[in-house]
Amino acid sequence: MSFTGKLGWDSIPFQEPLPLVSAAVIGAVLLGVFVWVWRRGHLPYLWKEWITSVDHKRIGVMYCLLAGVMLLRGFSDALLMRSQQAIAYGNGGYLPPDHYDQIFSAHGTIMIFFVAMPFMIGLMNFVVPLQLGVRDVAFPTLNSVSFWLTCSGALLINMSLVIGEFAKTGWLVYPPLSELRFSPGVGVDYYLWALQISGMGTLLSGVNLVTTILKMRAPGMGYSRMPMFTWTSLASNLLIVASFPVLTAVLAMLILDRYLGFHFFTPEAGGNQMMFVNLIWAWGHPEVYILILPAFGVFSEIISTFSSKPLFGYRSMVIATMVICILSFMVWLHHFFTMGAGADVNGFFGITTMIIAVPTGVKVFNWLFTMYGGRIRYTSMMLWSIGFIVTFVIGGMTGVMLAVPPADFVLHNSLFLVAHFHNVIIGGVLFGAFAGFTFWFPKMFGFTLDERWGKRAFWLWLSGFYLAFMPLYVLGLMGMTRRMQHYDVPGWHPWLIAAGLGALLILAGIGCQIMMLYVSIRTRKDRIDESGDPWDGRTLEWITTSPPPAFNFAVLPDVKGEEAYWGIKAKARENRRLSDRPDYEPIEMPRNSPTGIVSAFFATAMGFALIWHIWWLVILGFFGAWGTFIVFAWRDQAEYEIPVEEVERLDQARRRSKATLLDLPEEALS
Amino acid sequence: MFRDPRLARISARFAGLGLCVVLAACEPGILNPAGPIAAGERSIFFNALAVMLAIVVPVIVLAFAFGWWFRAGNTRAKHLPEWAYSGRLELLVWSIPALAIMFLGGIAWIGSHDLDPPKPIASKAKTMTVEVVATDWKWLFLYPEQGIATINRLVVPVGTPVRFRITSAGVMNSFFVPQLGSQIYAMSGMDSTLHLRADRAGRYRGLSAHYSGEGFADMNFFVDAVPQGAFDRFVATAKAGQGKTLDWNEFVAMARPSRNVRPASYPRLQPSLYDRIVMKNGAPEGEQAKDGREQ
Repeated sequence: MSFTGKLGWDSIPFQEPLPLVSAAVIGAVLLGVFVWVWRRGHLPYLWKEWITSVDHKRIGVMYCLLAGVMLLRGFSDALLMRSQQAIAYGNGGYLPPDHYDQIFSAHGTIMIFFVAMPFMIGLMNFVVPLQLGVRDVAFPTLNSVSFWLTCSGALLINMSLVIGEFAKTGWLVYPPLSELRFSPGVGVDYYLWALQISGMGTLLSGVNLVTTILKMRAPGMGYSRMPMFTWTSLASNLLIVASFPVLTAVLAMLILDRYLGFHFFTPEAGGNQMMFVNLIWAWGHPEVYILILPAFGVFSEIISTFSSKPLFGYRSMVIATMVICILSFMVWLHHFFTMGAGADVNGFFGITTMIIAVPTGVKVFNWLFTMYGGRIRYTSMMLWSIGFIVTFVIGGMTGVMLAVPPADFVLHNSLFLVAHFHNVIIGGVLFGAFAGFTFWFPKMFGFTLDERWGKRAFWLWLSGFYLAFMPLYVLGLMGMTRRMQHYDVPGWHPWLIAAGLGALLILAGIGCQIMMLYVSIRTRKDRIDESGDPWDGRTLEWITTSPPPAFNFAVLPDVKGEEAYWGIKAKARENRRLSDRPDYEPIEMPRNSPTGIVSAFFATAMGFALIWHIWWLVILGFFGAWGTFIVFAWRDQAEYEIPVEEVERLDQARRRSKATLLDLPEEALS
Repeated sequence: MFRDPRLARISARFAGLGLCVVLAACEPGILNPAGPIAAGERSIFFNALAVMLAIVVPVIVLAFAFGWWFRAGNTRAKHLPEWAYSGRLELLVWSIPALAIMFLGGIAWIGSHDLDPPKPIASKAKTMTVEVVATDWKWLFLYPEQGIATINRLVVPVGTPVRFRITSAGVMNSFFVPQLGSQIYAMSGMDSTLHLRADRAGRYRGLSAHYSGEGFADMNFFVDAVPQGAFDRFVATAKAGQGKTLDWNEFVAMARPSRNVRPASYPRLQPSLYDRIVMKNGAPEGEQAKDGREQ
């Protein structure tokens, strides 16, 4: 047993220049950013105000930032795959199978766990307490721990680029391929520990948000008055709480197989690979609704806001959301009809899958009727929303086709399937994330994003998506299966070239998004959101300033009816005055704490050590993380007080800006 | 023809989609079936598509129409700033998808039973059995009735239903001939059944439709559907071949990882070798992990 376990100089893939060079570039960029931050003296600010922050808004922003950075990584993988397949007709292309297999496995893992998940969790973290009219989530420090554990997982996955290798098994590591016998390297271990650590973060985040929504709402904010995004967040987090333990358990079983010689999934010793496939999809199918439900919420808010109308059929929407939430646990078998379970079983799961299309269809119709009779303002967010409706119904249609077992027998694992899930994940989740980010960006930072670059990004993403994925549907019909490193069928080649060009259009779209951020930050002085309500919003996050103070609301809003803020605005307009000047009180807020980053540091060390069998470091990492928790649990002061003068000063400024927004006279403030 | 560029764009998109389908149909894919199972699956595919397009197309048209007509600058549009509920519409929006799904659910249920892979195909000709073993990274076909075996090439008589028994020597794969229809997973220790029939003579591509490791992209094979006479000649030629008998030891040797394997055949076959492969959960460890796999 060596001091560095399995780790040695031969673990660095010197023979493969591509990952080393890209990692060197990433490392240089990170180092440059760090040096810049350090030289400018921002380091203490970053540490005090962001890294150790337990403020749900800051944590939400950091989640979105993580998602954005990982989107670049995951998309680089996508470009590599698309270019490889555009080239590799009748030849081996430029990526050997060993490398190509890691790339598609990493692409899927990163895009789901470290782009889509953090983006949605980030938006929920930021928005839900504001929409509920409360000051923070139920467990603020735990929230920070969740975020940093997610970062741990992301870090471990990226380390696999230079130290060792990543899994070559696909993003769901089906055994027996992922067992020690067929994958003796560290790739699968990177996957397992990265997901165990970040999965813990996700589960804790789910517990946190469920508790927040169920137990911490502003006075009067009954369930039937919660904004749609909060409802979909509740459903999504209930799914997290119910399904992530399944993922943890199934990955733990594979870990036992790989580390301690268990035989859960090894057929040669009585294990059963299909048990893994069942369990992973018992998590995996709810997972897709964990991602799409918050996006549905985002679109509900945006379509209603920019149509200047309440959401049509609110109750139907809530029922549809909860129906989807429950049904999502009853459909997992449609991921493997081709296992040969028999006609009754396949028929049953085919039908339950289709039933989900009913509440989803209801949602689509209700969005259309929300637009009906409105005065639609065509911001980039509204473009994303209409782009979503059109794209998503196509993706939903192909999804229902895949749910018909006999059709699935010929479409399963084909590029038709790949096109389908990108159709719903890009057209649904990602469009939702981009729309939501643009929508709430002024609330996060106090200024709006540049619309010209935003719209350019939309058109490039939309056309790039269609050019990249419509050919994949055709290829699926031609019988091309997924994950092929090369092929020799001439008919496939032109379609794969077209798909590659589509990926380039998406690249241009991402370029526009980077420009959008750059231009907006440069011209932020001209685009300040003075009123805190740049879109004529309807829910409570728009009642406070942009960005909100640490305590969100000086006095918790008194909610009367659906669309709480819309009602308050209407009343103020009618009475020509704001609500009575409240009696301010000092506010207690949780203290910032380095618990999150310190425990994640130890968790990363432990994960890395487990991957490389460095047992002393495993013990050190475990006790380090545990010790951090002990230190936190025995802290003397949990909160700090914001003095009443400060609260009053901030809230008076807010009231003045609202009076200006609503064009009310000076005396309206009193 | 279209004054609204959006409408022009969407019609172009649908024309494009139609063109794709037509082009794909000419290619040897799932829209160009060579047997009853694939044909049945294609018609289910088109039925499901048609049922859903009946809803999807109007929804897309409505999305553009509402989006265009109710734009902020259009003063002629009805303005209903408070309108958020209509019981009749709610009933409608729940019923339309529900009806479509009831219809599709019927298609799915009946289709699942009609085209259930283990269900024999009614036919005048007697069903023939072929046993399929997925190995790293090639396909082994055993013909127990003829007493021969082939690698990466499957020959079947036209018009004769074939009962495939499918297993794996190691990792999961999926046995799939797109123009003949259904695929079924190949899993070690499992014995899956699939019935297919080729009604047209010809050469069809077969592949593994489930990723299985480094040599996966080359895990292809050909299916030659030939008249009965040609099939008998093929069997006779194979039996007259020089190769070894395919017994357990030979199987373990051939199951070692190798890529891009050319079609080959074995003149003799140890009886019930396939059952032994299933019972033993594929090829034993050690023998298989020696080369090809990492480290």
